Amino acid sequence: MIWVREGTWRATVDAALSLGPAQARFTVLHVTSAAAADAAQGAYLGLLGRGGRDPSARFDELAAAAAADLLAAAARRLGRPCERLEIQDHSERAVVAASARADLLIVARDGDRSRLGPKSLGRATRFVVDHAACPVLLVWPEAAPDVGTMPPPPHHPHPSGR
Amino acid sequence: MLAWAVIRPRGWPEAVAAVPAAVILIAAGAIPAGAAGAEARRLGPVVGFLIAILVLAHLCDDDGLFRACGAWLARSADGRPRRLLALVFVTAAVTTAVLSLDTTVVLLTPVVFATAARLQMRSRPHVYACTHLANSASLLLPVSNLTNLLAFAASGLAFGRFAALMALPWLAVIGIEYAVFGRFFASDLGPVPPAPRDSRAEQAALPVFTVVVVALTLAGFVIASAAGVSPAWAALAGATVLAARALARRRATPLSLLRAADLPFGLFVLGLGIVVQAVVGNGLGRALMPLVPAGTSLPALLAIAALAAALANVCNNLPAVLVLLPLTAASGAGAVLAMLLGVNIGPNLTYTGSLATLLWRRTLRSHGEAPDLGEFTRLGLLTGPAGLVIAVLALWAGLRVLGG
Repeated sequence: MIWVREGTWRATVDAALSLGPAQARFTVLHVTSAAAADAAQGAYLGLLGRGGRDPSARFDELAAAAAADLLAAAARRLGRPCERLEIQDHSERAVVAASARADLLIVARDGDRSRLGPKSLGRATRFVVDHAACPVLLVWPEAAPDVGTMPPPPHHPHPSGR
Repeated sequence: MLAWAVIRPRGWPEAVAAVPAAVILIAAGAIPAGAAGAEARRLGPVVGFLIAILVLAHLCDDDGLFRACGAWLARSADGRPRRLLALVFVTAAVTTAVLSLDTTVVLLTPVVFATAARLQMRSRPHVYACTHLANSASLLLPVSNLTNLLAFAASGLAFGRFAALMALPWLAVIGIEYAVFGRFFASDLGPVPPAPRDSRAEQAALPVFTVVVVALTLAGFVIASAAGVSPAWAALAGATVLAARALARRRATPLSLLRAADLPFGLFVLGLGIVVQAVVGNGLGRALMPLVPAGTSLPALLAIAALAAALANVCNNLPAVLVLLPLTAASGAGAVLAMLLGVNIGPNLTYTGSLATLLWRRTLRSHGEAPDLGEFTRLGLLTGPAGLVIAVLALWAGLRVLGG
C-alpha cells in the first residue's frame, strides 16, 4: 500500500516500483483532511451576522478533484494495475486503519529535513511510524542524505582512559 | 440577551433575531426610544459604508480580480510552498486591509485553497494564513473591519491618521504571524516538484480597470476624510462606478447587486447595536467600567487590549466593540485603537472568532467529524498573545511619535 501525499508522492511510487515484487498488488491511498475546510468555515462563522456564501462549501468539491488528480497521477507513474483508495478523515489515523491488513505500507518522510534529528519526522509520519499495524517502509522524498550528515557522536566527559 | 443574539440559528439571517429583540427591549423600556433612535442614526452611516465596501468587493470578484490573484500566486510561487506562503501573506494582508476581512474570508480563501491544490501543495498553511490574517491584518484601515468602522466613527480620527497610527502595529502583527507560520508548518512547506502547468487557469488577466477604481477609491478615502467629508462617499462612488459598468455589460443584475449588499446584515447590526446599548445601560457598562483603565500609558493600553481580546473571545468582536467603545472613547483615540487591537487580533485564539460561535458550531458538526481544534488553538496561542503585545507596543510607540 502506497500513501501518497502532496509534494512527496513521487518518491513513494518510485519505491514501490523498484522494490515491489512483480506479482504484488498495489493500493494507492490518499487521505483528505477536513482541516482546511473547517478553518475556512470557522472564519466565516466568526463573521457574525453576514449572509452570503459559506466559502468552505466549494472546498469539498475542490479537494475531491485535487485528490482524484493526485491518485490518477500516482497510478500513471506506477504504470501497473492498482486500487485507488480515497478517504476523508484525519490523515494519520485513517492511514493506520486503512493499512492494517497491508503487507507493507510505503510512506515518504515529511517534516523539516534541513535539521535531521528526532523531531525531523513530521507529526503525521511520526504517528504512522509509531502506530502502523503493518511493516512500514520510510523513504526520502528526495535523494537520501550522505552518511556524513550524521551528527558527531555524543561527547563523553569522562573517557574510559584507555 | 447578548449571548442569545450571538447564538441565533445559522442559515437564517441574524436580523430575524436581532431586530425583534431590539423592538422588545424598546417596548419594555429597557432603552428609551430616543436613545435607540440615536444609536440607529449613529450606526446607519457606518453600516452603509460597510455595505458599499461589500458591494465593491463583490464586483471586484465578478471582474475576475481574485481569479487573477490565484493565477498570479500559482505563477509566482514557482513550485516553492514557502514562497507561496509569503505571497499568500502579502495578498491576504492587502485584501483584508483594502476590501475588508469579509472579502478575504469569503472570496480570497477559496481561491488560495484551489491554487494550493492545483500546485499539489498542502493547503493547510495557506488556508490558515488567510483565516488568521483576515483578523490580524484587519488593523490598518477603517474599512478593513466593521469593528474599525464603528471605532473610526467614534474616535474622531481622520482616515489618514488612523492608518498612520495603525501601520506599525499592522506590520508587526503580520511579521509575528509569518515567523510563527514558517516554523509551525515547517513539515508542510518542504519543496515540491513542479505540478503540471494548467495554462488556462494561469492566464486569467488582471482586471486593470477594476484595480484602478479600487486604488482611486482608496485615495478618495484619505482625501475625503482630510476634507471633512465622510469617506463612505468615496466607497459609494467606487462601488457605483463598478456597478454601473457591470450593469452596462450585463455582468450584474440589480438583484445580484442587492444580494451582494446583504441588507439583512445591516439590519442585524442596527438591531445588535440597540440590544447592546440596552444591556450596557442596564448594568454591564457599570460592571465593566472599573476594568477599563483610564489614560493611554503603556500598561493602560495593554490592559484595554487584553480586556477587548477576552471579551471578543467570549461573545464575538462585534458586540465586544459596541460594549467597549463608549467606555474607551473617553480616554481618547489611543485607547480606542488599543481596544481595536484586542478585538481584531483576539478572535484568532478560537478559530470561529468566539467561544459562543465555537460552542454553537460544535453542536452543529456540519462536517460530520469533530474539527481538529487542537492545532488551530495551538497556532492561535503562539501568534495571538505575542501579536497583541507587539501590536500594543507598536501603537504606543506610534502614539508617542505622532502624538495621541
